[in-house]
Amino acid sequence: MNLAYLDLRHQLRRFVATAFGLGLLFAIVLAMGGIYRGMVEDAVVLVERSGADLWLVQRGTRGPFAERSTVPAVLEDRARAVAGVAWAHPFSSFTLEPEHAGRSLRLTLVGLGWPDDRGASIGVTRGRALERSRGEIVVDASLGLALGETLTLGDDPYRVVGLGAGLVASGGDPLGFVTHADLERIQSYLAADARRALPPGDGDAAPSGPQAILVRVAPGTSVAAVRGRFASFTDVDVYSQSDERSFLLEGVVDKARRQIGLFRGLLALVSGIVVSLVVFNMTVAKTREIALLKLMGARTRLIVSMIVQQALLLSVLAYGVAFAASQVAFGLFPRRVVVGPEELAGVFVLAVGIALVASLAAVRRALQIPPTTILAG
Amino acid sequence: MLALRGERLDKTYGAGDNRVVALSDVTLGVEAGEVAALLGPSGSGKSTLLTTLGLLQLPDRGSVWLAGREVVVGGRALADLSALRRSQIGFVFQKANLVPFLSALENVMVAFEINGQRGRVARRHALDLLGYLGLADRADHRPDELSGGQQQRVAIARALAMSPPLVLADEPTAALDGARSRDVMLLFRRIAHERGTAVVVVTHDHRVLDAFDTVHEMEDGVLAPPRAQGRPLTTPAHLPPP
Ligand SMILES: Nc1ncnc2c1ncn2[C@@H]1O[C@H](COP(=O)(O)OP(=O)(O)O)[C@@H](O)[C@H]1O
Ligand SMILES: [Mg+2]
Repeated sequence: MNLAYLDLRHQLRRFVATAFGLGLLFAIVLAMGGIYRGMVEDAVVLVERSGADLWLVQRGTRGPFAERSTVPAVLEDRARAVAGVAWAHPFSSFTLEPEHAGRSLRLTLVGLGWPDDRGASIGVTRGRALERSRGEIVVDASLGLALGETLTLGDDPYRVVGLGAGLVASGGDPLGFVTHADLERIQSYLAADARRALPPGDGDAAPSGPQAILVRVAPGTSVAAVRGRFASFTDVDVYSQSDERSFLLEGVVDKARRQIGLFRGLLALVSGIVVSLVVFNMTVAKTREIALLKLMGARTRLIVSMIVQQALLLSVLAYGVAFAASQVAFGLFPRRVVVGPEELAGVFVLAVGIALVASLAAVRRALQIPPTTILAG
Repeated sequence: MLALRGERLDKTYGAGDNRVVALSDVTLGVEAGEVAALLGPSGSGKSTLLTTLGLLQLPDRGSVWLAGREVVVGGRALADLSALRRSQIGFVFQKANLVPFLSALENVMVAFEINGQRGRVARRHALDLLGYLGLADRADHRPDELSGGQQQRVAIARALAMSPPLVLADEPTAALDGARSRDVMLLFRRIAHERGTAVVVVTHDHRVLDAFDTVHEMEDGVLAPPRAQGRPLTTPAHLPPP
């Protein structure tokens, strides 16, 4: 016989309804964390799929993800000549909004270092990587294009030869991969187009080179050693993959993290207040029963555990609702929501913590009830 | 041996103009197996005496002995009073004070739960008690499905659950009619005599006094010397056999 359960049994429907509502609050807490985690994963896709160990960027900048960076095209050949370098490719990317089949798409184009880099490391899930130096594109499946479809970028048609999953830029736009030469072609066409639309001298000059050079270190060679050899390149700064990763996270994700953190904190507070009020009201409603238990000599522990068990049950039930919601609904969100085991465990611990803290007021109240209340009639 | 003894108990409520002397130098003892009545007009201090003997409140002065052990002295507890209440004392009040959303059986089992006794043995024991009080077929009924007399008998079953050596009842029949009131008093008598329990019952009702071994009378916080009763009673036929 469990007193906490027996008390709930006669108001089960109300209790379950409350747990459901609270569960939706917890689901939002879970979603916020998942959205943040999704942002982090999305933000670093490009850096991680590039396969590069080192990034050579314009001196005095932190690279194309933080600010505008341009390096001379010959840097590619100079880098390739450094001992321990397996390959060096130009890297450029920009976002454009082409018209396709009557609707406007938005994607971030990335240029691959043809012919060495045909997109093998980007993870094509359907179709293939690039096989021709011109007129082919690999895109993220979320763009809604089919294999074999033709997309007009700049002035030229591009055939979709491969589709990938989860290929997004740090801003969340789907990625498209073409050869670096194609990218430059598209870019200068669009720049010329823009200049025509503006008063003379107002437009940006077409970029004179790639945004960075990606360097892969030969197997068995230390990345730090190769990085050291680039110290003599006085016109560039060299960053490792993890440096670029953290620049990306600092820039795009850090503010979002603080905002989401604040929001989650507020939600946790609201959840705590809800649990606290519910448990407090349930305790006040059984003032007579608690007085009776005390009069009959019940240990304080029994009364406290009855209240805490109810708070825990409410919270854990709500967590179950949140978990179910995360399995059913999070896949339908427009941006990626990544809810891993740590996130689930974290919210579970939060739910339990909220229950314990929220029981305090009710427990205090229960301990103040004099046993002789029952005699007053 | 005395199951219960209160010695030179004083209790005053309030101060100044509101000062009420509820107990004044009250001394009283009850033997195991004795059923004692506490009689007196309203406001004479009967409930105060009962709650003091029941370790629900402390006297200003005086001491309380349970089974020969001094547990309260000079207004101070010498033992864990909650622990004594849950295992040594059964309480019955004017209202049954049953938990409305629990069945009769579950209401009795609360007493076991409080003492950390769970499971089948507790359940069996609770069912036996309900049977002893003639409620075997009412075990699964909720209080609102029981008559006043039946509710009060469930409350008595709950008070007897831990087989306490002492049962204290404060006007347990005030809400019942004459015949049922008499049944309940005879039940207390049976419990005392069959189980060796010391029973103290507060009542106004002079018509039921023949059910008691001793009658104590209170007036203005002062207890008169006890009157022993002569004539023993028989158990009426319509109460179930033990
Ligand atoms: N908690 C209390 N606070 C103040 N006065 C009280 C309290 N309880 C009882 N009294 C007073 O003490 C006196 C005895 O009360 P009580 O023991 O309830 O008498 P009885 O049960 O015989 O009617 C009464 O005058 C009553 O008003
Ligand atoms: Mg009274």
